[in-house]
Amino acid sequence: MSTAQSDALTFECETGNYHTFCPISCVSWLYQKIEDSFFLVIGTKTCGYFLQNAMGVMIFAEPRYAMAELEEGDISAKLNDYGELRRLCLQIKKDRNPSVIFWIGTCTTEIIKMDLEGIAPKLEAEIRVPIVVARANGLDYAFTQGEDTVLAAMAQRCPLNLKNQSDNTSLKTSPHIPLVLFGSLPDPVVTQLTMELKKQGIFVSGWLPSKRYTELPVIKEGYYVAGVNPFLSRTATTLMRRRKTKLIGAPFPIGPDGTRAWIEKICSVMNVKPIGLEDREKAIWASLEDYISLIRGKSVFFMGDNLLEVSLARFLTRCGMTVYEIGIPYMDKRYQAAELALLKATCDKMNVMMPTIVEKPDNYNQVDRIRDLKPDLVITGMAHANPLEARGINTKWSVEFTFAQIHGFTNARDILELVTRPLRRNLSLSELGWDVYSKQS
Amino acid sequence: MKLAYWMYAGPAHIGTLRIASSFKKVHAIMHAPLGDDYFNVMRSMLERDRDFTPVTASVVDRHVLARGSQEKVVENITRKDREESPDLVILTPTCTSSILQEDLQNFVSRASIETEADVLLADVNHYRVNELQAGDRTLEQIVTFYMEKAKSNNQVLTQKTKTPSVNIIGAVSLGFHNQHDIAELKRLFQDLDIQINQIIPENASVQDLKKLPSAWFNFIPYRETGLMTARYLEKEFNMPYVDITPMGIVQTAACIRSIQQLVNALGAAVDYEKYIDEQTRFISQSAWFSRSIDCQNLTGKKAIVFGDATHAAAITRILHQEMGIHVAWCGTYCKYDEEWFKDQVQEFCDEVIVSDDHGLIGDLIAKTEPAAIFGTQMERHIGKRLNIPCGVISSPVHIQNFPLSYRPFLGYEGTNQIADLVYNSFTLGMEDHLLEIFGGHDTTEALSIGISAVDSINWSEEAQKELNKIPGFVRGKVKRNTEKFARDCSKNLITLEVMYEAKEKVSS
Ligand code: SF4
Repeated sequence: MSTAQSDALTFECETGNYHTFCPISCVSWLYQKIEDSFFLVIGTKTCGYFLQNAMGVMIFAEPRYAMAELEEGDISAKLNDYGELRRLCLQIKKDRNPSVIFWIGTCTTEIIKMDLEGIAPKLEAEIRVPIVVARANGLDYAFTQGEDTVLAAMAQRCPLNLKNQSDNTSLKTSPHIPLVLFGSLPDPVVTQLTMELKKQGIFVSGWLPSKRYTELPVIKEGYYVAGVNPFLSRTATTLMRRRKTKLIGAPFPIGPDGTRAWIEKICSVMNVKPIGLEDREKAIWASLEDYISLIRGKSVFFMGDNLLEVSLARFLTRCGMTVYEIGIPYMDKRYQAAELALLKATCDKMNVMMPTIVEKPDNYNQVDRIRDLKPDLVITGMAHANPLEARGINTKWSVEFTFAQIHGFTNARDILELVTRPLRRNLSLSELGWDVYSKQS
Repeated sequence: MKLAYWMYAGPAHIGTLRIASSFKKVHAIMHAPLGDDYFNVMRSMLERDRDFTPVTASVVDRHVLARGSQEKVVENITRKDREESPDLVILTPTCTSSILQEDLQNFVSRASIETEADVLLADVNHYRVNELQAGDRTLEQIVTFYMEKAKSNNQVLTQKTKTPSVNIIGAVSLGFHNQHDIAELKRLFQDLDIQINQIIPENASVQDLKKLPSAWFNFIPYRETGLMTARYLEKEFNMPYVDITPMGIVQTAACIRSIQQLVNALGAAVDYEKYIDEQTRFISQSAWFSRSIDCQNLTGKKAIVFGDATHAAAITRILHQEMGIHVAWCGTYCKYDEEWFKDQVQEFCDEVIVSDDHGLIGDLIAKTEPAAIFGTQMERHIGKRLNIPCGVISSPVHIQNFPLSYRPFLGYEGTNQIADLVYNSFTLGMEDHLLEIFGGHDTTEALSIGISAVDSINWSEEAQKELNKIPGFVRGKVKRNTEKFARDCSKNLITLEVMYEAKEKVSS
């Protein structure tokens, strides 16, 4: 099937019966990223149980997060929401003194129609701590989209003018219209991507989010913005509509191919001729050869749960893999347009068939297809990983891609380290001769 | 609203799912938003399950909010019925369904017309019960359903087995060392010549539930799951039950004696005394261990215990009765079982704590400064911060509490495991003395000043050096005591003199 070629990407939509993390999980990486924040998840024991277990050991490190656990009185509106939230937020202010409190709305606050957006500004004025409301619930969103809802809410809080003119020289010296990047990345990756652009003479005047809430970048009408992750479509929309910025639609800087395309696109918008990019990409590819030789010609199946799937599939295709299926929770064809175009171009270039993109997949059907196709690797959530392994199928746990450093030239190796790990491990195990560990078929 | 960072027991639906997924060929369908199927991750991760967890969601999304979930729920039930032909489908409500107030019972009735499988709606309310109570209730509900069904078809097997036999009720997926315990119980009953009629729910078939009444009696190893079922079976089929947890030498003996009494009353003629004596003195090592010189060093050491009702009560008893350890306080988060718990442990500890607030427990531990903690994963982490060793004896647990090797807590092998756990949790008996006598070999800085310590006080160089000579595991405590002493008499520099003065006056 590797030589067949079709000319367009095909999109399908299934039942939406798939496993993914609840979007409130974004709390676990955002509280670490935004150092002066506090996240208050307003929900039930169900939400708390999920966070407690999904965050694992982090929970014991006194994270700057807590549940406002709703009790029966809150549901039946016997208790006054404003009074209750006020009590908890004052407590948080006293104990932790954060620069901002994020309220994460959940399914329950949606269903009982708790007016978080209405209460927040009043309480904010009263207790003098900014309160940002994001509705990152499981009724509307999947996993990484939680970050999207938070960043979209934060975008509205970015200052229009610098308070202190002297703190930011890059704005003044910027030879082009200011550029703000959006997406939460670990600080080393922020530095790496900023440096890559700097080499091309492009200055990043700010990141959304910044390390501290008090350092949110200025975003003004006419600025350029570019996303670093494929799941940030609401943030992009907010920045365009509310902040009147111009979005640079580029593939995402994941893999050397994606990184180069991302930089090139930004350069072209800024009217800069990129220098040395081609050589840089080549050098990276050459350095990856030891890993790539392990996966070249092999097949991969994305069950879909974190919205990074298209970018990863495009990168792995370029590495010589055949992608059977790209499951994805939600596909914004406009925000991901450049990424989709690069995927198609990559398939053409590598002469492999175009994978089907399955939105809102059905895990049960997918397992059936996996049985038929017998891919060399399935990228999937933890709910399916062990059962598939027990049936002799190599799997990689998808959530790791959201926590590992995968952006930019420097981190392409880390992606392949993750992708090849099961293959490397199972290669040595398969010599032992026991591949199937389940009595069920 | 309640500000919460951590909870000891999960939401109700987790309890229902643990029961449902323990049975064979039972499929649970959660009425829940996308993302609430995290249970599958836990099963697959913690239990390293080889098979797909038989739990799917009937997803509640915007569309459902607008139109109701009737069609979707019914379709999901009938679809599962076709795909997997389960014996039973359990529709599991979540916090979301609790507030949507849709008539789920009606959907169940509608679906069951079309399905081969039986269909039940789990009778649990998110806002009223927690994971443990919900599990207990769901098991009772399933058993009741199948007993009633068998009754109306005249298929109940009431004929008792010829020789004494037992049902073990409460073997549940994701339970603390559950699978090992069950293996140990099987061995125990084999030794006692008692036939095992059924073990439920783990690996059991709902079709076999009608045979439950042919056992002579029911056995409930854990208070948290199975008691409701046992009471139902007692009421309906006149089946007696034993609910003494055989954890520790004394309680195992008590449990066996109670079994003896029970089966003899039903016509057997057994005498287990010789067995108990032989096992206690020669097969299990733990009774002898308690007597050995090494264990002398544990005498009077201070410990605290916290966990679910079953484990916290049993461990408290073991520490006090079998090892001579001083239990400063013992507690449980099973608030609904407070009365039983107090009754069990009162005489074995100074104080009983019933709370599900981990902050309170943490503060209490810091205040008590025990030599060892026996608790859940939460207490282990509190211990880490305070530099106090902790043995994990109860859920909630992490993946390392699902060991591959044989580690029961119940029965005679369980007593050995517990003895090892307790002994290893206190810094090795003799070594502790030697270190103190020879001034210790650990010169690294004390890591933690503990949760309760507030402002810092200066130490003179000499005093600091002296402090560093104190063995690591007691250093934190000495430091805190000395600082407290200094603070009490308003000294802000701790010299050697102050240190010794403190030692004399505050020494615990
Ligand atoms: S899906 Fe809804 S109820 Fe479940 S954890 Fe997420 S926000 Fe809470």
